Amino acid sequence: MTVGNETSGADPVMDREHILEIDHLAKAFGSLDVLNNLSLKLYNGENLVVLGKSGSGKSVLIKCIVRLLTPDQGTIKVFGENVNDLTDKGLEEMREKIGFLFQSGALYDSMTVKENLEFPLKRIKKGLSRKEIDAKVEEVLDNVGLGQTLNKMPSELSGGMRKRVSLARTIIVDPMIMLYDEPTTGLDPVTSDEISELINEVKAKYKTSSIIITHDIECAKQRPTASSCCKTGKSIWKGA
Amino acid sequence: MRKINPAYKKYVKLPNVKLPNVKQKAIKLSDKTIEKKELATIFFSELGEFFLFLFNTFKETFSREFEFKEFLRQCFQIGNRTLPLISVTGVVIGLVLTIQSRPVLAEFGAVSMLPGMVAVSIIREMGPVVTALICAGRIGSGMGAELGSMKVTEQIDAMEVSSTNPMRFLVVTRVLAATLMIPILVLYADALGILGSWAGANIKGDVPFVLFISQAFAAIGFDDLLPAVAKTIFFGAAIGLVGCYKGYTAGRGTESVGKAATSAVVLSSLFVILIDLIAVQITDML
Ligand SMILES: Nc1ncnc2c1ncn2[C@@H]1O[C@H](COP(=O)(O)OP(=O)(O)O)[C@@H](O)[C@H]1O
Ligand SMILES: [Mg+2]
Repeated sequence: MTVGNETSGADPVMDREHILEIDHLAKAFGSLDVLNNLSLKLYNGENLVVLGKSGSGKSVLIKCIVRLLTPDQGTIKVFGENVNDLTDKGLEEMREKIGFLFQSGALYDSMTVKENLEFPLKRIKKGLSRKEIDAKVEEVLDNVGLGQTLNKMPSELSGGMRKRVSLARTIIVDPMIMLYDEPTTGLDPVTSDEISELINEVKAKYKTSSIIITHDIECAKQRPTASSCCKTGKSIWKGA
Repeated sequence: MRKINPAYKKYVKLPNVKLPNVKQKAIKLSDKTIEKKELATIFFSELGEFFLFLFNTFKETFSREFEFKEFLRQCFQIGNRTLPLISVTGVVIGLVLTIQSRPVLAEFGAVSMLPGMVAVSIIREMGPVVTALICAGRIGSGMGAELGSMKVTEQIDAMEVSSTNPMRFLVVTRVLAATLMIPILVLYADALGILGSWAGANIKGDVPFVLFISQAFAAIGFDDLLPAVAKTIFFGAAIGLVGCYKGYTAGRGTESVGKAATSAVVLSSLFVILIDLIAVQITDML
């Protein structure tokens, strides 16, 4: 896997504090060593690209960050707090600050686009009025250019549209860190460029720091402020 | 297609590595021992996992927050999925039971006992078991497939990172919905069964409805109805739990969704029959 930090000229890193720090992370499934001694840092306002071939443990890495998986060894610190020491309440608060775009999109297929977008909003930002919810849903959906799909089911959308709706669902709760799991995989080059563009827009508009995971070097080239390469779980190359 | 970047080529090549033969031979030699050991391990780890799942479901059931809307939606889904099938089956059971037992009763000159006999056998055994088996097929597989595909496509993970406990939102609601709905569906099937039985008895048009029903009800006591309803509650809980368990613990990859659905049907049908066996023993002792 490759990890690389990209800081574009237009977007100087104002604050070199690191908001996410992974130190000597290891994770194995049975006899399968997936991550081995992996370390990386994400600075505030940065886009970090993690490259690696399929099956190298990229998804496992970011799932460890939000504790969907627990690592065997090593520490992960988000905003200075050790993720594995968090209480249930602390974990919930930490997850609220992190947006996770899943590899498969993970739209709830029994709900409409609107219900999908409302789901995290109602549960994370409790006590919003109906009006505020509707306004927010409309705003994020317009941001991803899909204003007219409000009442469609996910199964009626194309792959690219589904990715955008899940991106909208992720940014609707104003996360500070975005984790993108292969955002362009399985899309045609044009759509994948559009998604890359959208990721840049999200970063500019919502001032997020992001970790972008990909196996596509082309996609990685378009965005990095930094990048890093990961092979069998070891960070083997790092450069700006 | 894009050209592969030379820097990236070494990763692309990797999958061609040949596996050494030694390992395959070693596995072959000790095939049988491994199988026996593994079967036992798999059985006990699965059993452990199931009890852990049971415990967690129980714990979340009594937590303060309850997803009422999702619970109602599940109740509706269960009814919606099974009602047509259960209606037809209910009527047919009553009809068939009547038509088949009539000649035998006639031989003993006991046709007047027909309504009571059929009603008791429908309420005690046929209604609950047949309805529950249909629900095991329809609801068990539905839950297995639905939760399985949610698991595989990371929807359960997505729920978990949006401040929602998926056990509470997905599992507890489904298990409770099944526990409530299956007894109701059974009572509905019982009623249709008795109706079907009257239709069967009345083929020649000589059995008044009111007479038939009053004779049927005269034969049924609370000691028939109560144990029957009690066991359907357990049928419902078992079907919900097994369906959810199989779906929730589905493996990775699309084929595990199918596996989850199939094994949910098999296991929940088995549970229904085992619970029925136990229930019959207990009722007998009382
Ligand atoms: N929950 C799990 N249980 C067992 N093995 C897993 C699990 N998650 C991932 N793996 C294995 O870990 C390896 C890395 O998976 P993953 O991180 O999904 O790869 P990718 O880099 O393509 O995202 C794969 O070989 C996969 O089979
Ligand atoms: Mg992945």
